[in-house]
Amino acid sequence: MLTLSHYLILAALVFAIGIVGIFLNRKNLIVLLMSIELMLLAVNTNFVAFSRFMNDVDGQVFVFFILVVAAAEAAIGLAILVVLFRNLKTIHVDDLDQLKG
Amino acid sequence: MTLAEMQFVLPDLRPAAAELFVLAMSCLILIVDLFVKDPRRTAVFALTILTLLGAAFVTWAGASGEVVYTFSNMYVHDFMADVLKLLLYLTVIVVLFYARAYLLARPLLGRSEFYTLTLFATLGMMVMISAGHFLTIYLGIELLSLSLYAMVALDRDSPTAAEAAMKYLVLGALASGLLLYGMSMVYGAVGSLEIAEVAERLQAGQANHTILVFGLVFLVAGIAFKLGVVPFHMWIPDVYHGAPTAVTLFLGTAPKLAAFAIVIRMLANGLIVLSHDWQMMLILLAVLSIGIGNIAAIAQHNMKRMLAYSAIAHMGFLLLALASGVVGGDARYALNAYSSAMFYIVVYVLSSAGTFGMILLLSRAGFEADNIDDYKGLNRRNPWFAAMLMMLMFSMAGIPFFVGFFAKFAVLQAVVAAGYLWLAIVAVLLSVVGAFYYLRIVKLMYFDAPADASPIHAPLEVKLLISLNGLAVAVLGLFPDILMWFCLLAVRLSLTILG
Repeated sequence: MLTLSHYLILAALVFAIGIVGIFLNRKNLIVLLMSIELMLLAVNTNFVAFSRFMNDVDGQVFVFFILVVAAAEAAIGLAILVVLFRNLKTIHVDDLDQLKG
Repeated sequence: MTLAEMQFVLPDLRPAAAELFVLAMSCLILIVDLFVKDPRRTAVFALTILTLLGAAFVTWAGASGEVVYTFSNMYVHDFMADVLKLLLYLTVIVVLFYARAYLLARPLLGRSEFYTLTLFATLGMMVMISAGHFLTIYLGIELLSLSLYAMVALDRDSPTAAEAAMKYLVLGALASGLLLYGMSMVYGAVGSLEIAEVAERLQAGQANHTILVFGLVFLVAGIAFKLGVVPFHMWIPDVYHGAPTAVTLFLGTAPKLAAFAIVIRMLANGLIVLSHDWQMMLILLAVLSIGIGNIAAIAQHNMKRMLAYSAIAHMGFLLLALASGVVGGDARYALNAYSSAMFYIVVYVLSSAGTFGMILLLSRAGFEADNIDDYKGLNRRNPWFAAMLMMLMFSMAGIPFFVGFFAKFAVLQAVVAAGYLWLAIVAVLLSVVGAFYYLRIVKLMYFDAPADASPIHAPLEVKLLISLNGLAVAVLGLFPDILMWFCLLAVRLSLTILG
């Protein structure tokens, strides 16, 4: 039998993978965007699990909004990625080093 | 609620009239823009200003001291929202006037996107200010952030702008993720996403405390990211530095008002029962921000980067005031503390708008005026604007008797009243360190020889507005009571714990 805590632990693991992906990834910017997506999906799992086990529909409605906003965010993220590639001819995380101090 | 309880009721749209007006006008301006042939886009600019003035009229006409909920308690209309929204419109109008000449001098920026994105961002901030539900907080933040990401990348031929936009997007999305994770945990612990309902259930003690505090940590981390306080500040200097100055001006001013509003709504109205837990976190963040912000600012040679670190230090002060509201479960000092926080944020927005406006005033096509050395000998080029910038710097540094001094004074008073004397002493000492880099600008303006002695060209209305902005810092310094009175009234009429 799957209980609430199973879902919460799964979501926590996925969320942690997302955060680690953002901070440890030194290679490709697209992997960063994927990590962001992972974090949001972990949150969605959380909301749906709580919503199901508390028999309250608000959490599932929230998930729809998160999905839509995540899609918009990915669109803008990829657009910025294209602008970046045109300027720098690279999408390596390590090459984003002009601004510092 | 369960699925069977749900039914559609047409919400009362009147409290949200200003938001609906801005939304309709933004869409209209998007269409009008297609038919505008004028390369200066004067019609779009004028319509944007008119929209903000119209929204100000709607908000003014609908202002009352009552707290009204609509959209199934997702939207709150209260006096604090009215005051903050009026200040928001004013800030955005000033920003647009300051930015106009800068935008026109740069071919990629001078088109309509800046104006429409500004309006959508403004709408996002309005939703944040009036949010009564975790969903509206999230949607407001995202509408603001998504517009800002695009605005930072607007100068698409600039590698630094693209880099700044990418860093902003990744860290902004990380912050949203943390905030959402916190919201999901609070939802799980309390069983509701409505802020008023959350507060009620917490008062009644029906919540799982462990999950709640776990979620609270993520909520505070998400808010700290959005405010840009240490240790979640890494994006602030890069974004301020890399973005076009007109965009920096916008993202360094208006969003701070909205961020203040969501902190009040979420922490002070929703999670006040947990005030002991979040106040400890805010104090830690505040001390780190004031320290690291002020010390790192000294090492900067770029004006925008220096102001970014100064913003971090100022946000630390804001958190100090927010952290001294409740002492040992006693909310006696909350009114004083939160209204001093509101006073502080309004004064900060006023002075930072003036300072970034000054950078825009000195810049021209092909010259950004964002190096500290560009301010050498400003007094000999134009003594009037040198005096204005001096007053703004004095106010930011907190030198008596400019308004920035009273803002810091009010915050420190609240901190001492809450019994954190050591905290006030630390904050004062670090502010003295911080005064160094503001005064360095004044020294450069008055005692160094100018590198280029060309006179300053700007449209009359910009010169007038900058002068008004600089003078406001001095005049409000003479009469701080008026602004303080408004902040007190707004907090008293809107904060639920005050009954």
